[in-house]
Amino acid sequence: MADPMRIRAQAAGDKTTVRVLMSHEMETGQRKDSAGKLIPAWFIQQVTAAHNGKTVLTAEWGPSISKNPFLQFVVKGAKAGDKITLSWVDNKGDKRSDEATVT
Amino acid sequence: MHTRREMMARSATVASLLAVAGYLPTAAQAAWPQAAFEAKTMADAVKALGGSAPVESKDVTITGPDIAENGAVVPVGVATALPGVKRLLLLVEKNPNVLAAVFDVTDSVEANVSTRTKMGQSSNVYAVAMMADGKVLFAGKEIKVTLGGCGG
Repeated sequence: MADPMRIRAQAAGDKTTVRVLMSHEMETGQRKDSAGKLIPAWFIQQVTAAHNGKTVLTAEWGPSISKNPFLQFVVKGAKAGDKITLSWVDNKGDKRSDEATVT
Repeated sequence: MHTRREMMARSATVASLLAVAGYLPTAAQAAWPQAAFEAKTMADAVKALGGSAPVESKDVTITGPDIAENGAVVPVGVATALPGVKRLLLLVEKNPNVLAAVFDVTDSVEANVSTRTKMGQSSNVYAVAMMADGKVLFAGKEIKVTLGGCGG
């Protein structure tokens, strides 16, 4: 199980900016280890964001997203106290889901 | 003496051979558009996602630095003010596989997302917006990288 995500959701007017920092190696599958063998790819494939349980954004990622990925998006109509849930699945089937409250 | 470009091209070839031979982990879930992520050009990637030929548009914006010091972490943003966006794509032209990310946007979020990507070398970066009416629009920007983010 990977480390928790850091999620910040800040409301400004009727829009909420959500910033997420995930903890993941994001190995490309192109690098070689010291013995010259390819390190297998290991990266987040799918990210889902939900606002009060309703999915608002899904993303499919390739291995070229940076290590410890950052994601920022704006949710319309979210207000303070609402719940923002982020979850990801990587190509090994590992999952992680975290929740934050809009401030 | 191999140039960096040759090495990267070679490792990409090896990776695709491995993929064909079934050594690389396959997609963990069916929703992940593998063909699109294996595409080598923007047109192929868009086609693999079921879009038509991309047209350059001023209504799509891509934000990012002019010069990135570290190719492993290049902050880029994709945005459009147009209504009816279904998908936003982020592509790096000279990476082994051009497609970096696909964002499926709903009406509840603005068509404005930012993330960080890896870049192997200086290259054009493209933002593509796939609209609900079937149009595919894109905008590009050149980002110079002083230290590559692939290999190591």
